[in-house]
Amino acid sequence: MSAADPMLRLDGVTKRFGGFTAVDGVGFDLPRGAIGGLIGPNGAGKTTLFNALAGLVPPDSGRVELDGAPIHGLTPNRVFAAGLARTFQIPRPFPEMSVLENTMIVGANQAGERFWMNWVAPGRVSTEERALRAKAEEVIEFCGLTRVRGDAAGTLSGGQLKLLELARVMMADPKIILLDEPAAGVNPTLMASLVDKIKALNARGQTFLIIEHNMDVVMSICDPIFVMAQGRLIYQGDAAGARAEPAVLDAYLGDLP
Amino acid sequence: MIGVLSYLIFFLILALTLGVAVLGLNLQWGFTGLFNAGVAGFLAVGGYAMAMLTGPSRAAVFGGFELPFVVGLLGAMIASGLAAIVIGLLTIRLRHEYLAVATFGIAVTIQLVCVNWEPVTGGTLGLIGIPNPTKAMVEGSLAQNAIYLAIVLIVTAIAYTGLQRLVQGPWGRTLKAIREDETAAASLGKNPVRIRLEAFVLGCMLMGLSGALYVGFIGYVSPFDFLPIVTFQIWTMLIVGGSANNRGALLGALIVWGVWTMSGFFIARVVPPEWQAQSGAIQAVLIGLILVIVLLFRPRGLIGEEIHVSRHARSAPADARPEAP
Repeated sequence: MSAADPMLRLDGVTKRFGGFTAVDGVGFDLPRGAIGGLIGPNGAGKTTLFNALAGLVPPDSGRVELDGAPIHGLTPNRVFAAGLARTFQIPRPFPEMSVLENTMIVGANQAGERFWMNWVAPGRVSTEERALRAKAEEVIEFCGLTRVRGDAAGTLSGGQLKLLELARVMMADPKIILLDEPAAGVNPTLMASLVDKIKALNARGQTFLIIEHNMDVVMSICDPIFVMAQGRLIYQGDAAGARAEPAVLDAYLGDLP
Repeated sequence: MIGVLSYLIFFLILALTLGVAVLGLNLQWGFTGLFNAGVAGFLAVGGYAMAMLTGPSRAAVFGGFELPFVVGLLGAMIASGLAAIVIGLLTIRLRHEYLAVATFGIAVTIQLVCVNWEPVTGGTLGLIGIPNPTKAMVEGSLAQNAIYLAIVLIVTAIAYTGLQRLVQGPWGRTLKAIREDETAAASLGKNPVRIRLEAFVLGCMLMGLSGALYVGFIGYVSPFDFLPIVTFQIWTMLIVGGSANNRGALLGALIVWGVWTMSGFFIARVVPPEWQAQSGAIQAVLIGLILVIVLLFRPRGLIGEEIHVSRHARSAPADARPEAP
C-alpha cells in the first residue's frame, strides 16, 4: 500500500544494540493526513523505532524520508526542525516550570533563542513572546489544561502530563506527530477526550503515527495499522485485516497449533 | 562613625564584586545545571588579565600595558571568555559530578600556573602596583572607596539587568528546559550542546569580570587569592541566597560575605593569639555550617526560583500564586 506521495517513508530501517537487532529492516509508507497505528507485543521494537525516527538513537542503516526529505542520521533537534515531533511513553515534562512555560518552550524560530537578541532587539523579542504566549494559551485550552496552566508541571497527574506532551508538540505545527502510548495509564474519561483531540487535529489535516496497546483506541482511529514483532514489520493494512492475519495473532498469542 | 561607614563601603565593594561571580555561577548552575567547581580559576584568569593590561610596565615580567581601567575590565571578560570556550569545548559533554571534577582540576591547574609561570604572572609574589582608577580622581581613601563602590554598583547593575533580560526571555527558558530534561529539550528542537556552551562562557565571563574588579580594587594580584576555598564561598553564596534567582545570588553574596568577615573579626578578638593561625579554619567551618543549615531547612535558598521565568508568562490572574516552597 504505497501512496504516491507519503508523509513518512521508511525503507529498511535497522537498529542494533550489540548482537541484538531491535529494529530489523522496517519499511512502510504513511500517507499524508493519516493516523497510523503501530502495534505489537512488548519488546517488538516499537519505541526503538520511534527513537530511531526522532534521532535519539540514529538507525544503523535504512532511510527515513519526511515529506520527501531524508531525516535519518539527524540529531533530535534537527529532526524536530524538519517537522517530526514526538511524545514520550513516560512523559518528560520540565517539572520546575509552569505548564504555560513548558508549552512556550516550543517557539518557531524565535529571535530570543539567540541570547544576544535579548539585548539588541528586546522589542522584537517581546513581540514574538506575546504572540507565542497567545498561541500557547490556545493550545493549552485545546488540551484542557487552562485550569492548571500556572502550576509547576511536576505537580500534574499522569493523564494531564500526557495532555501536556501533546500540547508541546502541537506548538510546533509539525508535519507529523508521533505519540508513544498516549492512552497508557489514563483514566477512561480523559482517554476519550484525548482520542477526540487526536481526531479533531486529524480533521485539520494533521498526520499521526501512534504506538498504542489499547486496541479499542487503535481499531477506532488508526488506519493504516502496522504490526511489529521481534523487530520486524509483520503486517500492514487496515484494522479488519490485522484481526484476520495469522501472523498477528501468532505474535500476540504465541504459537497456535 | 566614619570608621563604620568606611568599613561598610569596603565590605560592600568586596561583597558585590564577589556577587558578580555568583551571578555568573547562577547562570551556569541555577539556570542551566552546569556544575562548575572551578570558579576560582576563572576569577584568576580575569584578575591576571586585569593586572597585565592595566599594570605598570616591568622589565622582568611580560605585560604591564598601562591601559585604562575599563579596557582592563573588558579584557578580563574576553580572556576568561576565551578560556571558557576552550575548557567548555573540552568538557561540555560531561555531566554533573564529572563536570565538577574536571572544572575543579582545571581551576587548581590555573592556580598552579599562576604560582609557577613567573615571566608572566610574577610567580608567588604576584603582580603589584595595579592602578586603582579612583586614586587619580580624589584625595582620601574614604572618597576613593566610595567612588570605587559606585563603579562596582554600576557594573553589578549592568550585569544583573543584562542577565534578567536573558533569563526572562526565550533563551533563559531554554536553559531551564535543558537543566530539567536535556533529552526532552532536544526532542523539542533545542540544541543542548550549543546552549550549554553559551551559558558556560557567559557565566565564566562574569567570573573574570569579578576577578578584575577585585584586582583593580586591592591593587595587586596574588595566586593565593584564587584557592579552591573561593569557589566554595561563591557556591555557598548561591545556595544560601537561592539558586536560579538573580536577586537571591546577590543577597547570598552579601549575607555569606557578611558572616565571613564578621566571624573573622570576632574570632580575632576572642581566640587567643597562639591559636590565630587556626582561626581561618573556624571561618570555613562556619560557612560550611550555614550551608548545611540552609540545605536542611530552606533547600531552595532564601529567595528561591520563581515558577515563571518569562516576563510574558507572568501576568495572567491564574498565575498569581506564591513561589513554590
